Amino acid sequence: MKYEILKLLANNAKYTPADIATMLGADEAEVKNNIKELEKDGFIRGYKALIDWDKFDGAYVSAVVELTVVPKAGLGFEEVAEKVMAYKEVESVYLMSGNYDLNVLVKGKTLQDVARFVAKELATIDSVTSTATHFVMRRYKEMDVQLISPMDDDRGQLWV
Amino acid sequence: MIDYGKILNKTVTEIKPSGIRKFFDIAATMDDVISLSVGEPDFPTPWSIRKAGIESLQKGKTKYTSNWGLVKLREEISNYIKRKLDLTYCPNDEILVTVGGSEAIDACIRAVIAPGDEVIIPQPSYVCYEPMTALAGGVPVIINVKAENDFKVTAEELKAVITDKTKLLILPYPCNPTGAIMEREDLQALYDVIKDKNILVLSDEIYSELTFGGRSHVSPACIEGMKERTVIVNGFSKAYSMTGWRMGWACGPEEIISQITKIHQYAIMCAPTTSQYAAIEALKNCDDDVAYMMKQYNMRRRIMVKGFNDIGLTCNEPKGAFYAFPSIKSTGMTSEEFCEKLLYAKNVAVVPGTAFGDSGEGFIRASYCYSVEHINEAIKRIGEFLEEIK
Repeated sequence: MKYEILKLLANNAKYTPADIATMLGADEAEVKNNIKELEKDGFIRGYKALIDWDKFDGAYVSAVVELTVVPKAGLGFEEVAEKVMAYKEVESVYLMSGNYDLNVLVKGKTLQDVARFVAKELATIDSVTSTATHFVMRRYKEMDVQLISPMDDDRGQLWV
Repeated sequence: MIDYGKILNKTVTEIKPSGIRKFFDIAATMDDVISLSVGEPDFPTPWSIRKAGIESLQKGKTKYTSNWGLVKLREEISNYIKRKLDLTYCPNDEILVTVGGSEAIDACIRAVIAPGDEVIIPQPSYVCYEPMTALAGGVPVIINVKAENDFKVTAEELKAVITDKTKLLILPYPCNPTGAIMEREDLQALYDVIKDKNILVLSDEIYSELTFGGRSHVSPACIEGMKERTVIVNGFSKAYSMTGWRMGWACGPEEIISQITKIHQYAIMCAPTTSQYAAIEALKNCDDDVAYMMKQYNMRRRIMVKGFNDIGLTCNEPKGAFYAFPSIKSTGMTSEEFCEKLLYAKNVAVVPGTAFGDSGEGFIRASYCYSVEHINEAIKRIGEFLEEIK
């Protein structure tokens, strides 16, 4: 049942325990308990609204920064990853397979902010050997949700 | 000046225009209407199906197909029926690809019914059977199925309406609008009534994929002795969310299907070619998509049934299709009155049960082809409406 609850909440964090219980044909108290456990055990890390910031003129800019890193003996990439993710400008950090090592999503007020942050903070970390910065120009889809041309309910009023 | 009254066919002009057309025309002009009235899935057609249609166009597959439909598609339909019902139909002469299930129903009725022949139609049910029978010159004989029998047709009810003129029995299960299904023993009981008679069964199984609570659909053709007297109609609209593609089929004894095909061949020629290519993909590779949509419907169904019961409208568990059919008898209103007042008071559109036959009086049909939030909001407003009219 926990897996089913996670799938539902991943889709819509606003589902109430009562809704979830009805949808799964389960007991509400049991659903509540499960959610509590999922939160406690760190499966659920938070509930955030999915916002289309592009609607907000000048809200922020973001960039994908590809970092190439020399891993430390015994520590691998953990040490540098921890350094990188400590910055409030950093939205996400992933270790990648392929041509580079860390994929870092950085956001800032302006283009210059982001550029400065990459040059001054990320590029100067000891084990980072190179950076490549790609600015996001437009967000089309985020967390499974289409931000542009979403499917409208255009079903005709056939009355049958 | 031309007198249209003298031109038009009386059988056509006498077909009642839908009583609620007017009502929905009103709804269409209102802002902020929240509807539970639509009878089609809200999911887009699965992408691989759309892609198959697009690719067929890119390859220039835009000619007529065989009157019967593409051989490959008929083979896939044959495999599908084998997989789902464990019945064997020959792709060469026992399966006809049609323009939606609707065309198959119409052509089947026309192939069987001559003026004066009787067609038994259980109601409340989908609205097309009665007018199609009338257009063929047949006489609709209605069985008003009862809520206390879970809206199933019983052997007694069937026995009571059979005459020497009865030629066709329509079985619309899983049922729009009641959500009723017929289980194996229910069908067996009907078979015992008609087994010594020359009566054909037209089984409209368009909602066959949509059964809940672990029950899988049973076709009347699955009952021993029934296959030779059953035409199954099914299609892609509901299960694969392909309403606009207009794809269906009829399968049954060669003797019947070949005659239905004559009507199809002259009226339609062949089902749309692009849709046929898309349908092949649906049957071959989309079981997972169907399973996903089914799961969503099931969750919404539970939300809706609980919602209606919580606000005081008795709603039995629908076992199939994607509608709830709650009783509004406790309000003392007629179905139409209820729907109209609800629309004006709360901007919520549901369909009066009487749209599906007189025996739908006292019920409303609410579709759960909507998101959980949408359903919750509609139920909340209906609950407020009930409070206000107390």
